[in-house]
Amino acid sequence: MSNIGSFDERVRTFDWSIAERELEYTAGSGINIGWYCADRICAKGGAQKLALLWENAQGEEKRFTYDDVRVYSNAVGAFLRRLGVERGDRVCLFMDKVPELYIGAVGVLKIGAIAQPLFSAFGDESLHVRLENAGTSVIVTQRKHASKVRKILDRLPQLRHVVIVDHDGARALKEREVAFRMEAERVETLDLCPTTAESPSLLHYTSGTTGMPKGVQHVHYSLVSQYLTAKWVLDLTEKDIYWCTADPGWVTGTSYGIIAPWSLGVTQVVLDAGFSAEAWYRLIEKYRVTVWYSAPTAIRSLMKAGDELVKQFDLSSLRHLISVGEPLNAEAVVWSERVFGLAFHDSYWQTETGSIVISNYPGLPIKAGSMGKPFPGVTAGLLDVQTFEPITAPGVVGVIALRPDWPAMMRGYWQNEATYQAKFKNGWYMPGDRARLDREGYFWFVGRDDDVINTAGHLVSPFEVESALLEHPAVAESAVVSKPDPINMEVVKAFVALKPGFSPSDELELDIMNFIRKKLSPLAMPQAIEYVASLPKTRSGKIMRRLLHAKEWGEDLGDTSTIEND
Amino acid sequence: MDDLKDVILEYVIAEYGDEDDKITYDTPLISGGLVDSFSMVSLKRFLEVKYKIAIPDADASPEAFDSVHKIAELVRRFTA
Repeated sequence: MSNIGSFDERVRTFDWSIAERELEYTAGSGINIGWYCADRICAKGGAQKLALLWENAQGEEKRFTYDDVRVYSNAVGAFLRRLGVERGDRVCLFMDKVPELYIGAVGVLKIGAIAQPLFSAFGDESLHVRLENAGTSVIVTQRKHASKVRKILDRLPQLRHVVIVDHDGARALKEREVAFRMEAERVETLDLCPTTAESPSLLHYTSGTTGMPKGVQHVHYSLVSQYLTAKWVLDLTEKDIYWCTADPGWVTGTSYGIIAPWSLGVTQVVLDAGFSAEAWYRLIEKYRVTVWYSAPTAIRSLMKAGDELVKQFDLSSLRHLISVGEPLNAEAVVWSERVFGLAFHDSYWQTETGSIVISNYPGLPIKAGSMGKPFPGVTAGLLDVQTFEPITAPGVVGVIALRPDWPAMMRGYWQNEATYQAKFKNGWYMPGDRARLDREGYFWFVGRDDDVINTAGHLVSPFEVESALLEHPAVAESAVVSKPDPINMEVVKAFVALKPGFSPSDELELDIMNFIRKKLSPLAMPQAIEYVASLPKTRSGKIMRRLLHAKEWGEDLGDTSTIEND
Repeated sequence: MDDLKDVILEYVIAEYGDEDDKITYDTPLISGGLVDSFSMVSLKRFLEVKYKIAIPDADASPEAFDSVHKIAELVRRFTA
């Protein structure tokens, strides 16, 4: 029997107080995610239970009990306080998937600071934009990423300290750098910051069509959603060995890679290594993983690696598979059922929603290719694209709309109230995706409602890439759109017009690709560049990105009456 | 032969390495997390431009790109 039991019954009787009661939280009292992820589990007799089974590409292994997480997160919190970090300060966690990232986040939350995880593959410019916007005062990183911080340090006067977690003394520390070894001391006690439901907890950056990345603000009360969705959608129990393949630089890696499993007292596995189908299967076999939360891009890569490889491993421990990040195609569902004997359950949510809002559930029939149904307690519907009136007829495409009343819903964009307000219409929050409903209430994903590129489940802003392209000495103007990709769903494609004196060449194409990869991130790097003499523009001079997008996707060009005639 | 491996190694160190990485011919690049699947596209492009070859996507697997040694073998297949 699954945790959720009867989905229909849960919908009928739902109240968020179910989770509050289980968490022993009462409205108006204190709530601190950091405490829930370690100290509470220890207090309930779980101190010696394994919280984290970690290994990296070099075969190094580490194990942390819940008591380890408790004392080392205390150490992180105490150290940050000694550096002068106060409640509400932004502390960026800029690391690979090392234990310091996971336990460090717990420590930051315990002292009431705001954890700002950032993907460690970000280049210096992506990092700068996000640290400057957040007014980050401390960044916690590894030696290997410190050089990116050094490049931008003089443009970040508010950044007081750069904490290096693996300083080995081989090289001298540079300006504002300070060394810290998390496991050097077990700190038994730490004064917990008395955070409450609406106290800020995490600041995750996400990309939009226009403007620079937005800092999505979450609060400690988000725990209530993350706890219950993990219990009912991921079906986590205290006996499980859980593997969330997401990086905590992105929201899945924090909501369901730190907060949810640890607040439930579950043992989780982390692999700090690049993708390899063989290494993934070996990890499942070695640790007897039971619940696996992954992403369509990874699943498609596993499909590409072939069925024969699967047969070389004992994966019989697996009992529940879930996917997130981009729509899970029907073929992947059918494939996983064939090779693992288990169907991947697609789930839908985003940085702003903080927790799963639409999903497939244990026990509820899966329609391969469907997003599933709204989580009990989440009101979801579709609105007409033009009028924003609700659509009730099945099969009609509309924009997904959610009543913003579940605990993990974002509380705003960091210092960007206008953009936050623009996400709402008639009391509905619009995540920016289009879908249709069938007669049984299942949602079917259709596409984005804007120009944001979803590559391997990560959002890339065309505006951010176009801005960076203009900094390349050869680029006069550019337009960036998505291009279909069999593995990553979409990848970045750039149309580039060159400045006088520059000629199109393969060498220049490679140079532009690498320029963006280092400046922004590998995700944002155009995987294809097309040289053009000029870009299609409206008569008012605005680049018509949608024409280029339509061309890439083989779609109808639509109304071209406003195009400028050369 | 070694010239080919050295050229690739030099490029990998310059483009994807950092000051602490000790990259050799056999260092796992993809599975080791030094080069991710997105960056692999630029590495493939480099090889195609440098050696005037076209590597089909079907041959550009993470396994084939997992070390300088393996990449050199791949390039040799298309330059032979």
